[in-house]
Amino acid sequence: MIYDEPRFLSGGDRAVFIEFGDVIDPEANQRVIALKLAVETARIRGVVELVPTYRSLLVYFEPLQISASELRETICRLHHSAAVHEPPRRKLVKIPVAYGGEFGPDLKVVAKHNNLRAEEVIRIHCRARYLIYMLGFMPGFPYLGGLSPEIATPRKTTPRLKTPAGSVGIAGNQTGIYPIESPGGWQIIGRTPLKLFEPSREPPALLQAGDYLTFVRITPQEFTAIEKGIRNGTYKLNSKLIE
Amino acid sequence: MDIFEVVQPGPMTTVQDLGRIGYQQYGVPTSGALDDYAFRLGNLLVGNEEGAAALEITLFGCQLRALQDTLIAITGADLAPAINGRPAPIWESLWIKRDQLLSFSQLRKGCRSYLAVAGGIRVPEVMKSASTCVRAGIGGLNGRPLRKGDILRADVAFTRTAQIPAKYIPTYSNALALRVILGPQDDYFTKDGISTFLNSEYTVSAQADRMGYRLEGPVIQHSGGADIVSDGIPLGAIQVPGDGLPIILLVDRQTIGGYTKIANIISADIPKVAQAKPGDRIRFQQVKGAQAVTLRQKYEQQIEIIKLLLHP
Repeated sequence: MIYDEPRFLSGGDRAVFIEFGDVIDPEANQRVIALKLAVETARIRGVVELVPTYRSLLVYFEPLQISASELRETICRLHHSAAVHEPPRRKLVKIPVAYGGEFGPDLKVVAKHNNLRAEEVIRIHCRARYLIYMLGFMPGFPYLGGLSPEIATPRKTTPRLKTPAGSVGIAGNQTGIYPIESPGGWQIIGRTPLKLFEPSREPPALLQAGDYLTFVRITPQEFTAIEKGIRNGTYKLNSKLIE
Repeated sequence: MDIFEVVQPGPMTTVQDLGRIGYQQYGVPTSGALDDYAFRLGNLLVGNEEGAAALEITLFGCQLRALQDTLIAITGADLAPAINGRPAPIWESLWIKRDQLLSFSQLRKGCRSYLAVAGGIRVPEVMKSASTCVRAGIGGLNGRPLRKGDILRADVAFTRTAQIPAKYIPTYSNALALRVILGPQDDYFTKDGISTFLNSEYTVSAQADRMGYRLEGPVIQHSGGADIVSDGIPLGAIQVPGDGLPIILLVDRQTIGGYTKIANIISADIPKVAQAKPGDRIRFQQVKGAQAVTLRQKYEQQIEIIKLLLHP
């Protein structure tokens, strides 16, 4: 459920959790994002770092600059003012994906598990708009909400030792994108040429918690062209503001 | 200029500073020196800013050859440091001469030693920090621990040698008392569970690194499940997964996790954790938030005093 008033929970002497609920829910997440933006804008002395997650905001602070009680009061005030404001404007980012074949070796597994044709899996995967609840697990990895239960598929029984960066996969009722090459048990249905995490870029992550994304099907030729465009610096990310 | 050549890297030697701040929201761990106290004092001893990049040397085996006459300071664990086989002092700055061999050959006390170099070790900054995060492959020397043959560089700097007064040198024990503040999920445990946590002795297992320490000991009882909707993980958080055994989460921890967190180690006690090694024993002691802030104040004041003593 979503609480009437946020709960303040201790994270030791240098961190506090502001929790809006105990569920994975777009409404709770929206409050987290709204508060995060409000705290950032307020530039509170002693606030060190903010970590927005599904249903809570973790605020790191320096207790020798601001006391926990003073911070709490300030955040309560901001929350009540942020709550009356319009929800923040969100971006919708289009993620080009080459599905199946060498890009998505498990597309057939997902199709078979759900008694669908591969084409239908792709159509369903591209149809939805996914909320980026938070980033974590590995640098730049988006936790997405909105996968259709029609294509939910359990993880592989034996994880792969290497999954290339950009791999788009399904695990249970979640879909996600691997920002960097890593081992993993997700069913890989496609791959994007976009770089989700680039240490030398500011910010280093392509996506931002609170925004939305959709997947757009591309051909292997387009994959190669976009990859080249990214290398040359000529590729422009397709994103727009939504209400 | 080139100051050291790595002859033997040891099991885990990395370049660190005070960490990568502001990037956890993108899933990037802070990293940074695990023992903030020893690290900052090392830098002060060689006349650096306290956050200058330095080496974190874990356990023994590391050997470095000096390529220049250089002012250095070794702080933290006593890994039996020696220069050309002659014992070298710790918690004070000293000169190493060109072609001399600095070696760390034996674990005497603690677990992590810091080698600060006048001028600071020079590596490209990644996300505004020199800290190595091996798991993410970023920072330090190409995002990895030191290897045989690596060359370390530093800016040239000179200052006089100095010593940390004995009363400010920590003693590292094999039995630690760590002070904790309960929460954020202490309400996910039974009364007995909390009492087990606060009244038992735990042992640091072999799975103990910069990401976290798994502990062994009595099982802490949950009142319901051990899983929560994933949220952030502060430095020093104590996670208790379904098996009931605590895990202390440290500087290279994942930014988000889905297990209940029973308590958080206070910031002033993190350096003690940094010097604990597998087999060491830990007891947890509950304190209130206000006490933790007082202890943090003392901790920072002590470093200020040392700064004034070294550089009046």
